Amino acid sequence: MLRPDIYHSLGLSDKEYLQVLKILKREPTNTELAMFSVEWSEHCGYLCSRKWLKILPKTGKYKTLIGEDSGGIIIGDLAIVFKMESHNHPSQIEPKQGAATGVGGIIRDIFTAGARPIACLDSLRFGPLSQAYNKYLIRGVVDGIQFYGNCVGVPTVGGEIYFDQSYNGNCLVNAMCIGVTKKDKLMRARAFGAGNAIMYVGSSTGRDGIGGCSILASHEFKEGEEKRPTVQVGDPFTEKCLIEATLEAIATGYLVGIKDMGAAGLTCCTSEMASAGNSGMDVELQAVPRREKKMEPWEVMMSESQERMLVCVKKGKEEQIKKLFLKWDLNASVIGKVTSDGLVTIRDNGKIVARINARALTKAPVYAMPYRKPGYLRKLDKLELNRIPAPKDYNKVLLKLMAAPSIANKAWAYEQYDHMVQTNTVVLPGSDAAVLRLKGTNKAIAATTDCNSRYCFLNPYRGAQIAIAEAARNLVCSGARPAAVTDCLNFGNPEKPESFWQFKNCLEGIADACKSFKVAVVSGNVSFYNESPKSAINPTPAIGMIGIINDIDKACSQNFKQEGDTIILLGCCRQELGASEYLKEIHNLNMGAVPRLDLELEQAVQRTCLEAAEKGLVHSAHDCSEGGLAVALAECCISDKEKMIGANINKLSYGMRPDALLFGESQSRIILSCSAGSVEKIRKIALKFKAPFCIIGKTAGRVLRILNDTKELIYLPLEYLNEEWSGSLKKKIEG
Amino acid sequence: MKFAVVVFPGSNCDQDCFYIIKDVLKRPVKYIWHKDTALDGVDCVVLPGGFSYGDYLRTGAIARFSPVMNAITGFAKKGGSIIGICNGFQILLEAGLLPGVMLRNRGLHFICKPVYIKADNNQTRFTNLYNIGQVLKIPIAHNEGNYYIDAKGLKELKDNHQVVFRYCSAAGDVNDRYNPNGAVDNIAGITNKKGNILGMMPHPERSSEIKLGSTDGYFIFKSIIDWLENKKTC
Repeated sequence: MLRPDIYHSLGLSDKEYLQVLKILKREPTNTELAMFSVEWSEHCGYLCSRKWLKILPKTGKYKTLIGEDSGGIIIGDLAIVFKMESHNHPSQIEPKQGAATGVGGIIRDIFTAGARPIACLDSLRFGPLSQAYNKYLIRGVVDGIQFYGNCVGVPTVGGEIYFDQSYNGNCLVNAMCIGVTKKDKLMRARAFGAGNAIMYVGSSTGRDGIGGCSILASHEFKEGEEKRPTVQVGDPFTEKCLIEATLEAIATGYLVGIKDMGAAGLTCCTSEMASAGNSGMDVELQAVPRREKKMEPWEVMMSESQERMLVCVKKGKEEQIKKLFLKWDLNASVIGKVTSDGLVTIRDNGKIVARINARALTKAPVYAMPYRKPGYLRKLDKLELNRIPAPKDYNKVLLKLMAAPSIANKAWAYEQYDHMVQTNTVVLPGSDAAVLRLKGTNKAIAATTDCNSRYCFLNPYRGAQIAIAEAARNLVCSGARPAAVTDCLNFGNPEKPESFWQFKNCLEGIADACKSFKVAVVSGNVSFYNESPKSAINPTPAIGMIGIINDIDKACSQNFKQEGDTIILLGCCRQELGASEYLKEIHNLNMGAVPRLDLELEQAVQRTCLEAAEKGLVHSAHDCSEGGLAVALAECCISDKEKMIGANINKLSYGMRPDALLFGESQSRIILSCSAGSVEKIRKIALKFKAPFCIIGKTAGRVLRILNDTKELIYLPLEYLNEEWSGSLKKKIEG
Repeated sequence: MKFAVVVFPGSNCDQDCFYIIKDVLKRPVKYIWHKDTALDGVDCVVLPGGFSYGDYLRTGAIARFSPVMNAITGFAKKGGSIIGICNGFQILLEAGLLPGVMLRNRGLHFICKPVYIKADNNQTRFTNLYNIGQVLKIPIAHNEGNYYIDAKGLKELKDNHQVVFRYCSAAGDVNDRYNPNGAVDNIAGITNKKGNILGMMPHPERSSEIKLGSTDGYFIFKSIIDWLENKKTC
């Protein structure tokens, strides 16, 4: 009997080890033990999360596709495939390569589905920039994304960057990729048809990244641990060649299935492709191209070397496929064949080193984790507004908020990313959502990522609902119909009941909101154990959402377009200051009730905005989020640096605290601008959907002026606003 | 007339250039693989942007040894028209078909954004549809666009009117404030002495359609078409 400390060190529990013995009916070999340990790691096996992931809706108003490694929707004869995935722990240790390989991995998940990757987005979260290590992290992560994404030729068109104390010691790097293909060219990650060939293509195998997923991504950080060797190194040039070679190979029609060797490398690919295809696989490890000598079989099976894939090729077509990859100077080697025995057989020089039932290996145990409402919630919920002093100078507050790192303009990052390659980016980064045309059609897609993790910390259920609502709102502000969701669920240690309660509640929030919007969750990823020695991160269910624009000429962006336009507010302002960026930045408070979310009101506002945009009545549309109405208006004024247009907001009349009116984060609000002739038409649409409609002012001059009744609250020249908003992030990171 | 777009491993603007020529300018165009040795009846060769060979070692340094470069050098000598965009420009420098070298951007960051450039010379086959001094809005996207040439070389470039594009403000002011990468004399694009080879860092294929916010780049392709089809002499 194997000593428990050995399998414990690989992350297997006593109970799990007993199950391994039951499956094999004997002691495992070293290689088999390694294979079970990675397949049954939290990262690959979703042991804690699977039970709850089932509640997410898999159907919506658009026809969905759910593949093994990604998902998508069907639009006409096109398939839009997309997914978001985390690379948090590697990035915390080695930010450049951690982020780079995160981008590389998610791009491979898309083109192995047969789709050409057309865009990436990145949802990033760091601790405060007052700390040197966090500056090092953001520089490294952005450098990694530009290093990989620019070279590989996939534009990085959007995303988000947030800063919060809770990410100190555990940053989040979530990368999303979108691909497009003809729907009959879609591929699955399956191997079937006894006798068909199993080919290894791409980079050769080394010792890099061994245990990356099972060790790194399935445990929390402890003080002083040296984990750098478990981070892989990316080669975007090879990946670019792989994209072209793979798409050419798929076009031949000779491929049966294909899968990226991501986490758990060859182990995951062999067992999951066999299992998904209801077959077995017989593989010879000596045929695997290697870059290091004397690798043990278990090392070859565990390696997470980048830019590799496993392909199932129709028998007799191996040479044609090999030639195709060789044209791009890539390895392509037949390493085995499909069998009908349902077993994954791994040989080293003919000698069997592992033989496991594929289905059993890929069916990791499912755990019903205990959960408990955390105690902090009762304490933080109670915000006494009258104890918060009203600011004397609202101009100063607005300027400070514009410079707050989570609100400030992110050009420092996105100008380092090639966001235009492939010439599809119609709305560039810096608006509510990126818009990409679909060449050969009159359609476009819009994409966004969203999550306010402070909301999720203070109210996980509502916070997650708001993440969905805001993502959809960002899409309708771009003139797009919300279509489908991918999620990247970042949480703390699931073995802690309080942490798991956050996870469960966020999932219920996502599920309920998605059902309300009739959007499916087509793909996603769970990342647990996001904890530093001091604390867990805020629960962060990052939402990636795709929307469809039927007429590309109706795509919309957030900046005011011309002077003299009427400014309309859809939705209601309530006295809601809880959980706001204002409380955090100005009063250093991280508490209060998360803003209410009424899904019916949200739908009414969104439908109004969408119909107005689709009818071409709208010149600009922008949602109110962090920083509230005042920040949203300021962004409308200055988003286009070359054509800043001021606003005179003189029709507000609210009997509430001015700071709540200006900076409160009431949900379901959109600011529109339109020509005078369109106002009544938009009012009629609002009436039809029962959306609150209010004319609040006009675009004019080079100043943002906001009055409540007759009291002037804000009077700021746009240059002042722009200086704080445009310059602050760079100053804080590089200064 | 017929265009060819060269594909090196790591090229990533090849399909964008192909699309503009075929679908926007409606002219015949084909890809040429970097291992090909002949150009076969092509009138204008485009060396597209990207990261040929990953830009490992130095931008363009490996691509210049690709088999196709022999054919391109021969084509250049015979007066054939060649446009190198971004990485294509870098390759032409490495191959010695254009003078000067490319350094890393002075801010040490990759920069992707629309910039303004001024057409300094409209007497070339690539720029005959612009007015002298016309300001064009065309995006850049590069890490190594800091063009360098020594004083003697620069004088020669100027004396021969080889400087075609310089970075400037929206109003056309050429000064250091509007120099995104530190290039000598704000240089964004040059030709060889004979005027049949253009190298430029900005991407005209990204500004050739109204949908993408600018059509200023379109007229580079259109100029060369007009010149070749109407046998204009520049």
